[in-house]
Amino acid sequence: MAKLKFPSDLKYARSDEWVRVEGDIVTMGISDYAQDALNDIVYVDLPSVGQKFSKGDSFGSVESVKAVSDVYAQVSGIVFAVNDELSSNSELVNSDPYGEGWLVKFKIEGAGDFADLLDASAYEEYCQNR
Amino acid sequence: MSYIPHTDIERQQMLAAIGVTTIEDLFDAVPASHRFPKLAIPAALSEMEIAAEMQALAESNEHAGDFALFRGAGAYHHFVPSVVNHILMRGEFYTAYTPYQPEMSQGTLQATYEYQSMMCALTGMDAANASHYDGATSLAEAVTVAMEVTRYKRNKIILSPGIHPQYREVVRTYHQGRDLSIFGDETGQAKIQDLIALLDENTAMLAVAYPNFFGQIEDLKILAQKVHAVGALLVIVANPMALALFKSPGDLGADMVVGEGQPMGVGLQFGGPYLGYFAIRNEYVRKIAGRIVGETVDMDGKRAFVMTLRPREQDIRREKASSNICTNQGLMALAAAVYMSLMGKNGLRKVAELCYHKAHYAAHQIDQLPGFQVDRSLPFFNEFVVKCPRSVQSINDSLIADGIIGGYDLGNDYPHLQDHMLLCVTEMNTKAEIDTLVQKLGALS
Amino acid sequence: MKYNEPLIYEISSPGRIGVNLPVCDVPESELPADLIRDELGLPEVGELQVVRHFVKLSQLNYAIDKGFYPLGSCTMKYNPKINEDVARYTGFAGLHPMNDEDSIQGALHVMYTLQNWLAEVSGFDAVSLHPAAGAHGEFAGILMIRKYHLDRGDVSRTKILVPNSAHGTNPATVTMAGMTVIELPSDHNGDVDLEALRAVCEGPEREHIAGMMITVPSTLGLFERGILKIIDMVHQAGGLMYMDGANMNALMGIVKPGELGFDVMHYNLHKTFSTPHGGGGPGCGAVGVNSKLKPFLPMPWVDIVEPADHEDEYPLYGFVKPEKTIGRLKAFHGNFGMHTRAYAYIRAYGGEGLFEVSKHAVLNANYVRSQLKDTYKIPYNRACGHEFVIEAHLDGAESIHALDISKRLMDYGIHPPTNYFPLIVPEALLIEPTETETKETLDEFIDAMKQIAREAKENPSLLTSAPHTMPVKRLDEVRAAKQLVLCCAPIMKGGTVE
Repeated sequence: MAKLKFPSDLKYARSDEWVRVEGDIVTMGISDYAQDALNDIVYVDLPSVGQKFSKGDSFGSVESVKAVSDVYAQVSGIVFAVNDELSSNSELVNSDPYGEGWLVKFKIEGAGDFADLLDASAYEEYCQNR
Repeated sequence: MSYIPHTDIERQQMLAAIGVTTIEDLFDAVPASHRFPKLAIPAALSEMEIAAEMQALAESNEHAGDFALFRGAGAYHHFVPSVVNHILMRGEFYTAYTPYQPEMSQGTLQATYEYQSMMCALTGMDAANASHYDGATSLAEAVTVAMEVTRYKRNKIILSPGIHPQYREVVRTYHQGRDLSIFGDETGQAKIQDLIALLDENTAMLAVAYPNFFGQIEDLKILAQKVHAVGALLVIVANPMALALFKSPGDLGADMVVGEGQPMGVGLQFGGPYLGYFAIRNEYVRKIAGRIVGETVDMDGKRAFVMTLRPREQDIRREKASSNICTNQGLMALAAAVYMSLMGKNGLRKVAELCYHKAHYAAHQIDQLPGFQVDRSLPFFNEFVVKCPRSVQSINDSLIADGIIGGYDLGNDYPHLQDHMLLCVTEMNTKAEIDTLVQKLGALS
Repeated sequence: MKYNEPLIYEISSPGRIGVNLPVCDVPESELPADLIRDELGLPEVGELQVVRHFVKLSQLNYAIDKGFYPLGSCTMKYNPKINEDVARYTGFAGLHPMNDEDSIQGALHVMYTLQNWLAEVSGFDAVSLHPAAGAHGEFAGILMIRKYHLDRGDVSRTKILVPNSAHGTNPATVTMAGMTVIELPSDHNGDVDLEALRAVCEGPEREHIAGMMITVPSTLGLFERGILKIIDMVHQAGGLMYMDGANMNALMGIVKPGELGFDVMHYNLHKTFSTPHGGGGPGCGAVGVNSKLKPFLPMPWVDIVEPADHEDEYPLYGFVKPEKTIGRLKAFHGNFGMHTRAYAYIRAYGGEGLFEVSKHAVLNANYVRSQLKDTYKIPYNRACGHEFVIEAHLDGAESIHALDISKRLMDYGIHPPTNYFPLIVPEALLIEPTETETKETLDEFIDAMKQIAREAKENPSLLTSAPHTMPVKRLDEVRAAKQLVLCCAPIMKGGTVE
């Protein structure tokens, strides 16, 4: 198994989403660990731009031949952009989970609360112990 | 001993191999206080005794073999070509399990794929699943899909009172534990315009029947646009036989088409097993519950078929699955596939036209009878409503003595339709039967 | 047998038809032109072509009628032929479900009697034949439990305990009923972890426990040794006990779940009572209840509405609506065609014969287990019920998975056992021989399994590339899920109807 990556500039949820905060825009995807566990991803279900979610809501799902994983909003906000490329190239989530395989961008509503998220080393340790 | 093939010698050899003396020794884990209760069930019968007993029970019923049948109301007496039953009796089909091992199940898988394709053609949808239990549970599952599509942020469902009363009951049973409100069928008299007036931003779906329970084709032209304008889904509950004649629900803008597939190759059999068909537009296909077969290739690149979209099913998703459905009505879907193959596009159309012409002939004759009045306010297919000069029960009691099973008593479900009978005419009803019905009704006016 | 059978659409030719239809014997009425469709994409095929097409498709299938089918948890026993004939008697097959009740007494007698026999087999007060499948019966059961608590004003009981070895329908059913799952671990013997159960039953969730779902014997094929304790603990906490009766084939005449204290269970008539699986259905998931839940049974339910005047006469039967019913779960009365078959099946055995069924189902499973235990790892190696589980790790053949063994079995003309279930056993193969198989058949299977174990070590690629003799090789399931070709739209765009 290739070594899994945990970029240090991101924050991670225990439900395996990663989060990149840039001003009031938050980009989210699933971690290298999650894509590896799911294996060949065949479909990504994403919300529409303008939909509103609260922190903890499921906003979509990532599906392989053997499993479906819900993905959860790590901030409350409005969907600002979705990665349309995934509708025809879902394998990008496997090949480049932190780059071209991103899922959605949220525009934060109110103050973002990231206190429950892990940094890269804590998340890596969390994954190793599962 | 019935279907257990063991000889005494084999039993002894097997027990010795296991290392016990009697079969009873294998049940030590069962609490001794409750072990080996007697079963008070009558002693075994031979095969010929079983056949005789059940033949007598069967013949004590008043069935379509002995009576002219003019009752529909969700279960239809259509002609089933001999080929259908001969194919269903193939042990390779009916004694197989769900095709979880595709290499050993290409027959079931391809037949299911063909069934799905033909249902798409009939409904004008992009995908159909391998079937639900019946038309009613198909509708209940459509509600779940609509909730999923709108991500459980909407909790209002609108049901036309023209949907089969039992289907509406089933939707309520299925969703009693969920936060869901059902509107539209309270008085039993709402028209399409009244349903449109109920649409709002909290509506997940609106469902109508086509034809409706009264056999009528309501005007659905603007419905889809109105439903979609509030972001809801349109579900059309359709009699597939009518779809051979009338515009496809896809043409009318439906997002899901569900219904009872029984009219196509499945006998009446006292209400089941039937066939809940379920078809959907491409954009929602991944929300579909139940089995679905897709085309792929094997390692050699050869075309083959396999169950797909599996991860959403209960055995993998467990408590996160949107439905617990596990079986489909596999053999009934096969019956429908064989039936549609035999009929083809011209045969199915012809059967539908026969139904239409015979029903209209009967309606016209009955409408002439004093005291009887046919509801001609809307076009109808093979069922129509007749206002009667006396109770439906008394009319049916009289008809049965003449070898006729009369129409369904609408007063059972619709308080405003006391003394209204729902009559059904299919290709199975000859002109002579219809003329007798008319004559007997005439004597009751 | 290897051949490509084209799609029915691919043998379609304009103008062909596979059935002779009558001419219209009434004056034709005008069709409402603006409502009529002008296209219909169905194939056009002659009768013989249709017959050959579907016969060839049937030959691509494997089935009980062809050979051994030890598919664990599915009870693939012989489906007696007489049952097929009985279900097709015109008086049953041609009976309209909306007939008046006095004209369906024969059918109601079958249903009423079958209800009572099933109740007797498992010690319940009442049985409803209404649910169409096992999962449908589970749904009925959980809705009854839910409504029972609500009816008593006990509104906080919304959680159902489910062991982690359970079939996926159990937790999915709980969600469908709008309730939530508390998952319970299994102990090292494969039984429910009693300490974990005690912790839940005596902990903060106590007041929220609506009930527990448990399969007996468990999905590992084992009879839960602490069953009486489990039932007692859940009852003490105020919950009701649901038994998943999928494995009832191990219990007839062995023990009655109702007598153990279960409040509700479902039967799979398509497993225990031999109604055929039909390539995936139809089934019947009858549901049995004790007196507590009887008022909540789904409707309609068959009862005697007027007793017989004389002992040798039939009473008058009717459909009744149980007082506090959860409602109707499907249109009409249930999968009646399964009721007639199950009735004929029970008639062929009688009470004593059903006891023999379960005894021999258990004998066969234990015999196979005894013959495979030195070749394969059997994680819970004690006397099993009607099935047992293998952990398909073979020493010296680490690259081989349960799936490879399964695929290789096909080359021996045997259907594989259930793969990867229950989930708590890695590389699980769940083997259920059923009582209708001879010792010779079991010995053939045992020999094949031993031979495959040797092949795994000597020539593993024989397994990883299996099957070799089936109509198709292993399939590209990723492609099927990604590209989603669900109907043959490009070739079915049929022209106008003539």
